[in-house]
Amino acid sequence: MSSEGQLKVKAQIMDGAAIRRSLVRISHEIVEKNKGVQDIVLVGIRRRGVPLSERLGAYIEEFEDVVVPNGSLDITLYRDDLTLRHDRPMVHRTEVPFDITGKTVILVDDVLYTGRTVRAAMDALVDFGRPGTIQLAVLVDRGHRELPIRPDYVGKNVPTSRHEVIEVRVDEIDGIEDVVIMERQEEGAE
Amino acid sequence: MPELARKDVLGLETMSRQEIELVLHTADSMREVLDRPITKVPALRGRTVLMMFYEPSTRTLASFNLACKNMSADTVSVSKSSSSLVKGESLRDTIQNLESMGADAVVMRHPSAGAPHYIARNIEGSVLNAGDGAHEHPTQGLLDLFTIEQHKGSLEGLKVAIVGDILHSRVARSNIWGLSTMGADVTICGPSTLIPPYVTEIGCTVTHDVREAVTDADVIYVLRIQLERQEGSMFPGAREYRRLFTIDAERISLASPDALLMHPGPMNRGVEITTDVADGAQSVILEQVPNGVAVRMALLYLLLGGGE
Repeated sequence: MSSEGQLKVKAQIMDGAAIRRSLVRISHEIVEKNKGVQDIVLVGIRRRGVPLSERLGAYIEEFEDVVVPNGSLDITLYRDDLTLRHDRPMVHRTEVPFDITGKTVILVDDVLYTGRTVRAAMDALVDFGRPGTIQLAVLVDRGHRELPIRPDYVGKNVPTSRHEVIEVRVDEIDGIEDVVIMERQEEGAE
Repeated sequence: MPELARKDVLGLETMSRQEIELVLHTADSMREVLDRPITKVPALRGRTVLMMFYEPSTRTLASFNLACKNMSADTVSVSKSSSSLVKGESLRDTIQNLESMGADAVVMRHPSAGAPHYIARNIEGSVLNAGDGAHEHPTQGLLDLFTIEQHKGSLEGLKVAIVGDILHSRVARSNIWGLSTMGADVTICGPSTLIPPYVTEIGCTVTHDVREAVTDADVIYVLRIQLERQEGSMFPGAREYRRLFTIDAERISLASPDALLMHPGPMNRGVEITTDVADGAQSVILEQVPNGVAVRMALLYLLLGGGE
Protein backbone atom coordinates (compact mmCIF):
# COMPACT_ATOMS: atom_id res chain seq x y z
CA MET A 1 0.00 0.00 0.00
CA SER A 2 2.83 2.39 0.79
CA SER A 3 4.01 2.07 -2.82
CA GLU A 4 0.81 3.82 -3.83
CA GLY A 5 1.52 6.81 -1.60
CA GLN A 6 0.71 7.83 1.94
CA LEU A 7 -2.87 8.13 3.15
CA LYS A 8 -3.87 11.43 4.67
CA VAL A 9 -7.09 12.24 6.49
CA LYS A 10 -9.08 14.71 4.37
CA ALA A 11 -12.24 15.11 6.39
CA GLN A 12 -14.36 13.56 9.11
CA ILE A 13 -17.75 12.52 7.74
CA MET A 14 -19.34 11.11 10.88
CA ASP A 15 -18.55 11.42 14.56
CA GLY A 16 -19.55 9.01 17.33
CA ALA A 17 -22.99 10.60 17.81
CA ALA A 18 -23.74 10.45 14.06
CA ILE A 19 -22.75 6.76 13.95
CA ARG A 20 -25.00 6.01 16.92
CA ARG A 21 -27.98 7.86 15.39
CA SER A 22 -27.53 6.03 12.09
CA LEU A 23 -27.41 2.63 13.77
CA VAL A 24 -30.48 3.44 15.90
CA ARG A 25 -32.38 4.44 12.75
CA ILE A 26 -31.24 1.33 10.84
CA SER A 27 -32.32 -0.93 13.70
CA HIS A 28 -35.79 0.69 13.58
CA GLU A 29 -35.89 0.29 9.80
CA ILE A 30 -35.00 -3.39 10.06
CA VAL A 31 -37.90 -3.98 12.46
CA GLU A 32 -40.27 -1.87 10.35
CA LYS A 33 -39.39 -3.42 6.98
CA ASN A 34 -39.68 -6.97 8.31
CA LYS A 35 -42.80 -6.23 10.39
CA GLY A 36 -41.16 -7.37 13.59
CA VAL A 37 -38.07 -9.36 14.39
CA GLN A 38 -39.34 -12.87 13.90
CA ASP A 39 -36.92 -15.02 11.87
CA ILE A 40 -34.32 -12.24 11.79
CA VAL A 41 -30.66 -13.06 12.31
CA LEU A 42 -27.75 -10.62 12.11
CA VAL A 43 -24.42 -11.56 10.53
CA GLY A 44 -21.50 -9.11 10.61
CA ILE A 45 -18.74 -9.25 8.02
CA ARG A 46 -15.27 -9.24 9.58
CA ARG A 47 -13.81 -7.12 10.77
CA ARG A 48 -15.73 -3.91 11.37
CA GLY A 49 -19.11 -5.29 10.37
CA VAL A 50 -18.99 -7.47 13.48
CA PRO A 51 -19.16 -4.75 16.18
CA LEU A 52 -21.71 -2.83 14.08
CA SER A 53 -23.88 -5.95 13.85
CA GLU A 54 -23.61 -6.46 17.61
CA ARG A 55 -24.74 -2.89 18.21
CA LEU A 56 -27.73 -3.27 15.88
CA GLY A 57 -28.63 -6.40 17.83
CA ALA A 58 -28.40 -4.50 21.14
CA TYR A 59 -30.67 -1.68 19.85
CA ILE A 60 -33.22 -4.16 18.49
CA GLU A 61 -33.21 -5.94 21.86
CA GLU A 62 -33.70 -2.59 23.60
CA PHE A 63 -36.70 -1.59 21.41
CA GLU A 64 -38.36 -4.96 20.89
CA ASP A 65 -37.24 -6.91 23.95
CA VAL A 66 -36.13 -9.80 21.74
CA VAL A 67 -32.62 -11.20 21.47
CA VAL A 68 -31.69 -11.60 17.81
CA PRO A 69 -29.04 -14.25 16.98
CA ASN A 70 -25.74 -12.69 15.93
CA GLY A 71 -22.97 -14.25 13.86
CA SER A 72 -19.76 -13.21 12.16
CA LEU A 73 -18.38 -14.06 8.75
CA ASP A 74 -14.76 -14.15 7.55
CA ILE A 75 -14.88 -13.99 3.76
CA THR A 76 -11.17 -14.52 3.00
CA LEU A 77 -11.61 -18.02 1.56
CA TYR A 78 -14.35 -16.74 -0.78
CA ARG A 79 -12.51 -13.71 -2.21
CA ASP A 80 -12.39 -13.50 -5.99
CA ASP A 81 -8.99 -11.78 -5.90
CA LEU A 82 -7.24 -14.41 -3.75
CA THR A 83 -5.00 -15.61 -6.58
CA LEU A 84 -4.31 -12.05 -7.77
CA ARG A 85 -2.97 -10.75 -4.48
CA HIS A 86 0.66 -10.98 -3.54
CA ASP A 87 -0.02 -11.56 0.13
CA ARG A 88 -2.08 -14.23 1.81
CA PRO A 89 -4.60 -12.54 4.06
CA MET A 90 -4.99 -14.08 7.53
CA VAL A 91 -7.99 -16.37 7.78
CA HIS A 92 -10.07 -15.78 10.88
CA ARG A 93 -12.86 -17.83 12.37
CA THR A 94 -16.41 -17.62 11.09
CA GLU A 95 -19.10 -18.00 13.78
CA VAL A 96 -22.63 -18.76 12.64
CA PRO A 97 -23.79 -21.00 15.50
CA PHE A 98 -27.45 -21.11 14.42
CA ASP A 99 -29.47 -22.42 11.50
CA ILE A 100 -30.08 -19.77 8.82
CA THR A 101 -32.37 -21.85 6.59
CA GLY A 102 -35.61 -19.94 5.97
CA LYS A 103 -34.40 -16.98 8.05
CA THR A 104 -34.11 -13.33 7.13
CA VAL A 105 -30.38 -12.76 7.29
CA ILE A 106 -29.23 -9.16 7.71
CA LEU A 107 -25.64 -8.90 6.48
CA VAL A 108 -23.83 -6.02 8.16
CA ASP A 109 -20.68 -4.29 6.91
CA ASP A 110 -19.02 -0.95 7.53
CA VAL A 111 -18.47 0.30 3.97
CA LEU A 112 -20.14 -0.75 0.71
CA TYR A 113 -17.85 -0.09 -2.26
CA THR A 114 -17.41 -2.45 -5.24
CA GLY A 115 -19.83 -5.04 -3.84
CA ARG A 116 -17.26 -7.82 -4.13
CA THR A 117 -17.07 -8.40 -0.37
CA VAL A 118 -20.85 -8.75 -0.22
CA ARG A 119 -20.78 -11.20 -3.13
CA ALA A 120 -18.21 -13.29 -1.25
CA ALA A 121 -20.24 -13.03 1.96
CA MET A 122 -23.39 -14.29 0.22
CA ASP A 123 -21.44 -17.25 -1.20
CA ALA A 124 -20.14 -18.04 2.28
CA LEU A 125 -23.61 -17.67 3.79
CA VAL A 126 -25.30 -20.18 1.49
CA ASP A 127 -22.77 -22.81 2.62
CA PHE A 128 -24.50 -22.62 6.01
CA GLY A 129 -28.03 -23.13 4.73
CA ARG A 130 -30.65 -21.57 2.48
CA PRO A 131 -31.82 -18.23 3.88
CA GLY A 132 -35.36 -17.05 3.09
CA THR A 133 -34.07 -13.54 2.39
CA ILE A 134 -30.72 -11.82 2.60
CA GLN A 135 -30.73 -8.08 3.30
CA LEU A 136 -27.74 -5.75 3.46
CA ALA A 137 -27.07 -3.05 6.04
CA VAL A 138 -24.03 -0.76 5.73
CA LEU A 139 -22.88 2.26 7.69
CA VAL A 140 -21.46 4.01 4.59
CA ASP A 141 -22.27 3.54 0.91
CA ARG A 142 -19.50 5.15 -1.13
CA GLY A 143 -20.64 4.07 -4.62
CA HIS A 144 -18.51 2.63 -7.47
CA ARG A 145 -20.29 -0.73 -7.57
CA GLU A 146 -18.77 -3.39 -9.83
CA LEU A 147 -21.55 -5.93 -9.26
CA PRO A 148 -25.37 -5.70 -9.27
CA ILE A 149 -25.63 -5.33 -5.49
CA ARG A 150 -27.53 -2.66 -3.52
CA PRO A 151 -27.96 -2.06 0.21
CA ASP A 152 -31.31 -2.27 2.01
CA TYR A 153 -30.21 -0.06 4.90
CA VAL A 154 -27.67 2.77 4.64
CA GLY A 155 -26.26 4.95 7.41
CA LYS A 156 -24.87 7.58 5.08
CA ASN A 157 -24.35 7.93 1.34
CA VAL A 158 -20.93 9.41 0.66
CA PRO A 159 -20.01 10.28 -2.94
CA THR A 160 -16.29 9.54 -3.33
CA SER A 161 -13.60 9.31 -5.95
CA ARG A 162 -11.69 6.07 -6.41
CA HIS A 163 -8.52 7.71 -5.10
CA GLU A 164 -10.13 8.24 -1.74
CA VAL A 165 -10.39 5.74 1.07
CA ILE A 166 -13.21 5.63 3.59
CA GLU A 167 -12.24 4.42 7.01
CA VAL A 168 -14.77 3.50 9.67
CA ARG A 169 -13.19 3.41 13.11
CA VAL A 170 -14.99 1.82 16.04
CA ASP A 171 -14.23 1.74 19.75
CA GLU A 172 -14.04 -2.05 19.94
CA ILE A 173 -11.17 -2.26 17.42
CA ASP A 174 -9.69 1.21 16.97
CA GLY A 175 -10.38 2.87 20.32
CA ILE A 176 -12.02 5.78 18.49
CA GLU A 177 -15.49 6.31 17.02
CA ASP A 178 -15.72 8.09 13.65
CA VAL A 179 -15.80 7.83 9.87
CA VAL A 180 -13.06 9.64 7.95
CA ILE A 181 -12.33 10.18 4.30
CA MET A 182 -8.69 9.80 3.38
CA GLU A 183 -6.77 10.62 0.25
CA ARG A 184 -3.66 9.17 -1.28
CA GLN A 185 -0.82 11.65 -1.46
CA GLU A 186 0.97 11.79 -4.79
CA GLU A 187 4.34 10.05 -4.75
CA GLY A 188 7.03 12.54 -3.75
CA ALA A 189 4.58 15.25 -2.66
CA GLU A 190 4.81 16.30 0.97
CA MET B 1 0.78 -9.26 7.66
CA PRO B 2 2.28 -12.52 9.00
CA GLU B 3 3.08 -15.04 6.29
CA LEU B 4 4.58 -18.45 5.91
CA ALA B 5 7.73 -17.28 4.17
CA ARG B 6 8.65 -20.57 2.59
CA LYS B 7 7.92 -22.60 -0.53
CA ASP B 8 7.82 -26.01 1.15
CA VAL B 9 6.89 -27.66 4.43
CA LEU B 10 9.52 -30.34 4.91
CA GLY B 11 10.00 -30.54 8.66
CA LEU B 12 9.43 -28.85 11.98
CA GLU B 13 13.14 -28.69 12.75
CA THR B 14 13.42 -25.54 10.63
CA MET B 15 10.05 -23.99 11.40
CA SER B 16 10.01 -20.91 13.63
CA ARG B 17 7.64 -20.32 16.51
CA GLN B 18 5.99 -17.49 14.58
CA GLU B 19 5.37 -19.75 11.60
CA ILE B 20 3.92 -22.51 13.77
CA GLU B 21 1.64 -20.00 15.49
CA LEU B 22 0.36 -18.79 12.10
CA VAL B 23 -0.38 -22.38 11.02
CA LEU B 24 -2.23 -23.10 14.27
CA HIS B 25 -4.26 -19.89 14.05
CA THR B 26 -5.23 -20.64 10.44
CA ALA B 27 -6.05 -24.26 11.35
CA ASP B 28 -8.44 -22.99 14.03
CA SER B 29 -10.37 -21.09 11.33
CA MET B 30 -10.33 -24.18 9.10
CA ARG B 31 -11.63 -26.34 11.94
CA GLU B 32 -14.81 -24.28 11.91
CA VAL B 33 -15.25 -24.92 8.15
CA LEU B 34 -15.38 -28.65 8.93
CA ASP B 35 -18.39 -28.12 11.21
CA ARG B 36 -20.49 -26.51 8.46
CA PRO B 37 -23.22 -28.32 6.52
CA ILE B 38 -21.10 -27.72 3.39
CA THR B 39 -17.42 -28.22 4.21
CA LYS B 40 -16.06 -26.84 0.96
CA VAL B 41 -14.65 -23.36 0.36
CA PRO B 42 -13.56 -22.02 -3.04
CA ALA B 43 -10.16 -20.66 -1.96
CA LEU B 44 -7.91 -22.95 -4.04
CA ARG B 45 -10.03 -23.35 -7.18
CA GLY B 46 -7.85 -24.10 -10.18
CA ARG B 47 -4.90 -25.36 -8.12
CA THR B 48 -3.69 -28.90 -8.63
CA VAL B 49 -1.98 -31.00 -5.97
CA LEU B 50 -0.07 -34.20 -6.72
CA MET B 51 -0.29 -36.97 -4.15
CA MET B 52 2.78 -39.17 -4.34
CA PHE B 53 2.66 -41.93 -1.76
CA TYR B 54 5.50 -44.41 -2.07
CA GLU B 55 4.62 -46.06 1.25
CA PRO B 56 1.31 -47.37 2.63
CA SER B 57 -0.95 -44.78 4.26
CA THR B 58 -4.62 -44.62 5.16
CA ARG B 59 -5.02 -41.63 7.41
CA THR B 60 -2.51 -39.21 5.95
CA LEU B 61 -3.48 -39.86 2.32
CA ALA B 62 -7.21 -39.59 3.05
CA SER B 63 -6.62 -36.52 5.20
CA PHE B 64 -4.60 -34.69 2.51
CA ASN B 65 -7.17 -35.65 -0.14
CA LEU B 66 -10.03 -34.35 1.99
CA ALA B 67 -8.11 -31.17 2.78
CA CYS B 68 -7.51 -30.50 -0.93
CA LYS B 69 -11.13 -31.17 -1.82
CA ASN B 70 -12.41 -28.98 1.02
CA MET B 71 -10.26 -26.16 -0.37
CA SER B 72 -11.50 -26.84 -3.95
CA ALA B 73 -8.05 -27.87 -5.20
CA ASP B 74 -7.87 -30.77 -7.66
CA THR B 75 -5.79 -33.82 -6.80
CA VAL B 76 -3.92 -36.37 -8.86
CA SER B 77 -2.70 -39.50 -7.12
CA VAL B 78 0.35 -41.53 -8.03
CA SER B 79 1.30 -44.64 -6.10
CA LYS B 80 4.49 -46.61 -6.26
CA SER B 81 3.03 -49.77 -7.74
CA SER B 82 1.17 -48.02 -10.58
CA SER B 83 3.84 -45.45 -11.49
CA SER B 84 6.65 -45.52 -14.04
CA LEU B 85 9.02 -45.96 -11.12
CA VAL B 86 8.64 -49.69 -11.68
CA LYS B 87 9.83 -49.14 -15.27
CA GLY B 88 12.98 -47.54 -13.95
CA GLU B 89 12.14 -43.83 -14.26
CA SER B 90 13.91 -41.70 -11.66
CA LEU B 91 11.91 -39.85 -9.05
CA ARG B 92 13.12 -36.53 -10.37
CA ASP B 93 12.05 -37.30 -13.95
CA THR B 94 8.64 -38.50 -12.78
CA ILE B 95 8.00 -35.38 -10.78
CA GLN B 96 9.30 -32.95 -13.38
CA ASN B 97 6.99 -34.54 -15.93
CA LEU B 98 4.04 -34.32 -13.62
CA GLU B 99 4.87 -30.74 -12.69
CA SER B 100 4.96 -29.78 -16.36
CA MET B 101 1.38 -31.04 -16.52
CA GLY B 102 0.53 -28.15 -14.20
CA ALA B 103 0.77 -29.29 -10.59
CA ASP B 104 1.11 -26.45 -8.07
CA ALA B 105 2.15 -28.64 -5.16
CA VAL B 106 3.38 -32.13 -4.40
CA VAL B 107 2.46 -34.05 -1.26
CA MET B 108 5.03 -36.76 -0.81
CA ARG B 109 5.48 -39.79 1.39
CA HIS B 110 8.63 -41.76 0.80
CA PRO B 111 10.55 -44.53 2.62
CA SER B 112 13.83 -42.62 2.24
CA ALA B 113 14.65 -39.71 4.54
CA GLY B 114 15.29 -36.58 2.50
CA ALA B 115 13.37 -37.59 -0.64
CA PRO B 116 10.90 -34.66 -0.37
CA HIS B 117 13.83 -32.29 0.22
CA TYR B 118 15.48 -33.52 -2.96
CA ILE B 119 12.27 -32.96 -4.92
CA ALA B 120 11.77 -29.53 -3.35
CA ARG B 121 15.16 -28.42 -4.69
CA ASN B 122 14.26 -29.57 -8.18
CA ILE B 123 10.78 -28.20 -8.78
CA GLU B 124 9.19 -24.77 -8.60
CA GLY B 125 5.99 -25.91 -6.91
CA SER B 126 5.54 -26.41 -3.18
CA VAL B 127 6.42 -29.72 -1.55
CA LEU B 128 4.66 -30.99 1.57
CA ASN B 129 6.39 -33.81 3.38
CA ALA B 130 3.85 -36.47 4.35
CA GLY B 131 6.51 -38.60 6.05
CA ASP B 132 10.04 -39.36 4.86
CA GLY B 133 11.55 -42.54 6.29
CA ALA B 134 12.31 -42.20 9.98
CA HIS B 135 13.05 -38.50 9.53
CA GLU B 136 10.03 -36.18 9.86
CA HIS B 137 6.26 -36.10 9.52
CA PRO B 138 5.63 -32.37 9.91
CA THR B 139 1.88 -32.29 9.24
CA GLN B 140 1.36 -34.93 11.95
CA GLY B 141 3.51 -32.87 14.32
CA LEU B 142 1.48 -29.73 13.56
CA LEU B 143 -1.85 -31.47 14.04
CA ASP B 144 -0.63 -32.80 17.38
CA LEU B 145 0.44 -29.31 18.46
CA PHE B 146 -2.94 -28.02 17.30
CA THR B 147 -4.83 -30.71 19.26
CA ILE B 148 -2.88 -29.92 22.43
CA GLU B 149 -3.35 -26.17 21.99
CA GLN B 150 -7.11 -26.60 21.48
CA HIS B 151 -7.35 -28.30 24.87
CA LYS B 152 -4.70 -26.51 26.88
CA GLY B 153 -4.82 -23.02 25.39
CA SER B 154 -1.04 -22.78 25.12
CA LEU B 155 1.91 -25.11 24.71
CA GLU B 156 4.32 -23.03 26.78
CA GLY B 157 5.56 -24.88 29.86
CA LEU B 158 3.44 -28.00 29.33
CA LYS B 159 4.96 -31.28 30.45
CA VAL B 160 4.77 -33.75 27.57
CA ALA B 161 5.84 -37.40 27.83
CA ILE B 162 6.55 -39.21 24.57
CA VAL B 163 6.62 -42.97 25.12
CA GLY B 164 7.76 -45.70 22.75
CA ASP B 165 10.15 -46.34 19.89
CA ILE B 166 11.69 -42.91 19.33
CA LEU B 167 14.47 -44.12 17.06
CA HIS B 168 12.26 -45.26 14.18
CA SER B 169 9.56 -42.62 14.65
CA ARG B 170 9.28 -39.64 12.31
CA VAL B 171 6.21 -38.61 14.31
CA ALA B 172 8.29 -38.41 17.48
CA ARG B 173 10.97 -36.39 15.71
CA SER B 174 8.55 -33.80 14.35
CA ASN B 175 6.78 -33.57 17.70
CA ILE B 176 10.06 -33.14 19.58
CA TRP B 177 11.11 -30.25 17.33
CA GLY B 178 7.69 -28.61 17.33
CA LEU B 179 7.05 -28.97 21.06
CA SER B 180 10.53 -27.67 21.92
CA THR B 181 10.11 -24.65 19.65
CA MET B 182 6.77 -23.86 21.30
CA GLY B 183 8.26 -23.99 24.80
CA ALA B 184 6.96 -27.33 26.11
CA ASP B 185 9.07 -29.57 28.38
CA VAL B 186 9.53 -32.87 26.60
CA THR B 187 10.35 -36.13 28.37
CA ILE B 188 11.29 -39.11 26.22
CA CYS B 189 10.73 -42.65 27.47
CA GLY B 190 11.40 -46.03 25.90
CA PRO B 191 13.83 -48.95 25.74
CA SER B 192 17.40 -47.60 25.72
CA THR B 193 18.06 -49.27 22.35
CA LEU B 194 15.28 -47.21 20.78
CA ILE B 195 16.26 -43.76 22.01
CA PRO B 196 18.56 -41.80 19.69
CA PRO B 197 21.37 -39.81 21.33
CA TYR B 198 20.36 -36.45 19.79
CA VAL B 199 17.34 -35.95 22.05
CA THR B 200 19.35 -34.85 25.09
CA GLU B 201 21.26 -32.37 22.92
CA ILE B 202 18.06 -30.52 22.08
CA GLY B 203 17.01 -30.33 25.71
CA CYS B 204 14.71 -33.33 26.20
CA THR B 205 14.76 -35.32 29.42
CA VAL B 206 15.30 -39.04 28.92
CA THR B 207 14.10 -41.80 31.21
CA HIS B 208 13.59 -45.54 30.89
CA ASP B 209 11.08 -45.61 33.74
CA VAL B 210 7.60 -45.05 32.33
CA ARG B 211 6.15 -44.15 35.75
CA GLU B 212 8.69 -41.39 36.13
CA ALA B 213 7.93 -40.13 32.60
CA VAL B 214 4.16 -39.85 33.03
CA THR B 215 4.12 -38.48 36.59
CA ASP B 216 2.45 -35.03 36.51
CA ALA B 217 2.46 -35.02 32.70
CA ASP B 218 -0.03 -32.74 30.91
CA VAL B 219 0.16 -34.81 27.75
CA ILE B 220 1.04 -38.48 27.26
CA TYR B 221 1.96 -39.20 23.66
CA VAL B 222 2.08 -42.91 22.93
CA LEU B 223 3.95 -44.01 19.80
CA ARG B 224 3.13 -47.02 17.70
CA ILE B 225 5.53 -49.90 18.07
CA GLN B 226 6.53 -50.30 14.44
CA LEU B 227 7.09 -54.03 14.44
CA GLU B 228 7.80 -53.89 10.68
CA ARG B 229 10.76 -51.58 11.21
CA GLN B 230 12.40 -53.56 14.02
CA GLU B 231 15.58 -55.27 12.96
CA GLY B 232 18.25 -57.13 14.88
CA SER B 233 17.99 -57.12 18.63
CA MET B 234 16.85 -53.57 19.31
CA PHE B 235 13.32 -54.44 20.34
CA PRO B 236 13.02 -56.29 23.65
CA GLY B 237 9.98 -58.32 22.59
CA ALA B 238 6.29 -57.54 22.92
CA ARG B 239 5.91 -59.20 26.30
CA GLU B 240 8.74 -57.37 27.96
CA TYR B 241 7.73 -54.11 26.27
CA ARG B 242 4.21 -54.51 27.63
CA ARG B 243 5.44 -55.03 31.16
CA LEU B 244 7.77 -52.03 31.13
CA PHE B 245 6.18 -49.41 28.85
CA THR B 246 2.50 -50.03 28.02
CA ILE B 247 0.28 -47.09 28.95
CA ASP B 248 -2.55 -48.45 31.05
CA ALA B 249 -5.06 -47.05 33.54
CA GLU B 250 -2.72 -47.42 36.50
CA ARG B 251 0.14 -45.57 34.81
CA ILE B 252 -2.07 -42.83 33.39
CA SER B 253 -3.39 -42.14 36.90
CA LEU B 254 0.05 -40.76 37.81
CA ALA B 255 -0.33 -37.95 35.26
CA SER B 256 -2.08 -34.64 35.84
CA PRO B 257 -5.85 -35.30 36.30
CA ASP B 258 -6.75 -33.54 33.05
CA ALA B 259 -3.85 -34.98 31.06
CA LEU B 260 -4.45 -35.68 27.38
CA LEU B 261 -3.72 -39.08 25.89
CA MET B 262 -2.58 -39.06 22.26
CA HIS B 263 -1.53 -41.60 19.65
CA PRO B 264 -0.79 -41.00 15.95
CA GLY B 265 -2.40 -44.27 14.88
CA PRO B 266 -2.65 -46.99 13.79
CA MET B 267 -2.75 -48.44 17.31
CA ASN B 268 -1.48 -51.83 18.41
CA ARG B 269 -4.04 -52.26 21.15
CA GLY B 270 -2.65 -54.30 24.01
CA VAL B 271 0.97 -53.53 23.05
CA GLU B 272 1.80 -49.85 23.52
CA ILE B 273 -1.62 -48.88 24.88
CA THR B 274 -4.47 -50.76 26.55
CA THR B 275 -7.95 -50.64 25.04
CA ASP B 276 -9.68 -49.13 28.08
CA VAL B 277 -7.23 -46.21 28.06
CA ALA B 278 -7.33 -45.73 24.27
CA ASP B 279 -11.12 -45.38 24.41
CA GLY B 280 -11.16 -43.62 27.79
CA ALA B 281 -12.19 -40.11 28.78
CA GLN B 282 -8.71 -38.62 28.50
CA SER B 283 -8.11 -39.93 25.01
CA VAL B 284 -8.17 -37.31 22.21
CA ILE B 285 -7.03 -39.84 19.61
CA LEU B 286 -10.16 -39.49 17.49
CA GLU B 287 -9.96 -35.67 17.62
CA GLN B 288 -6.49 -35.85 16.12
CA VAL B 289 -8.03 -37.04 12.85
CA PRO B 290 -10.33 -34.08 11.94
CA ASN B 291 -7.70 -31.74 13.33
CA GLY B 292 -5.33 -33.25 10.77
CA VAL B 293 -7.67 -32.23 7.95
CA ALA B 294 -7.89 -28.68 9.35
CA VAL B 295 -4.10 -28.34 9.70
CA ARG B 296 -3.53 -29.59 6.14
CA MET B 297 -6.16 -27.15 4.80
CA ALA B 298 -4.31 -24.37 6.62
CA LEU B 299 -0.95 -25.38 5.13
CA LEU B 300 -2.40 -25.63 1.62
CA TYR B 301 -3.90 -22.16 2.00
CA LEU B 302 -0.71 -20.67 3.39
CA LEU B 303 1.45 -22.20 0.61
CA LEU B 304 -0.91 -21.89 -2.38
CA GLY B 305 -3.47 -19.27 -1.36
CA GLY B 306 -1.93 -16.07 -2.66
CA GLY B 307 -0.82 -15.07 -6.12
CA GLU B 308 2.70 -15.45 -7.40
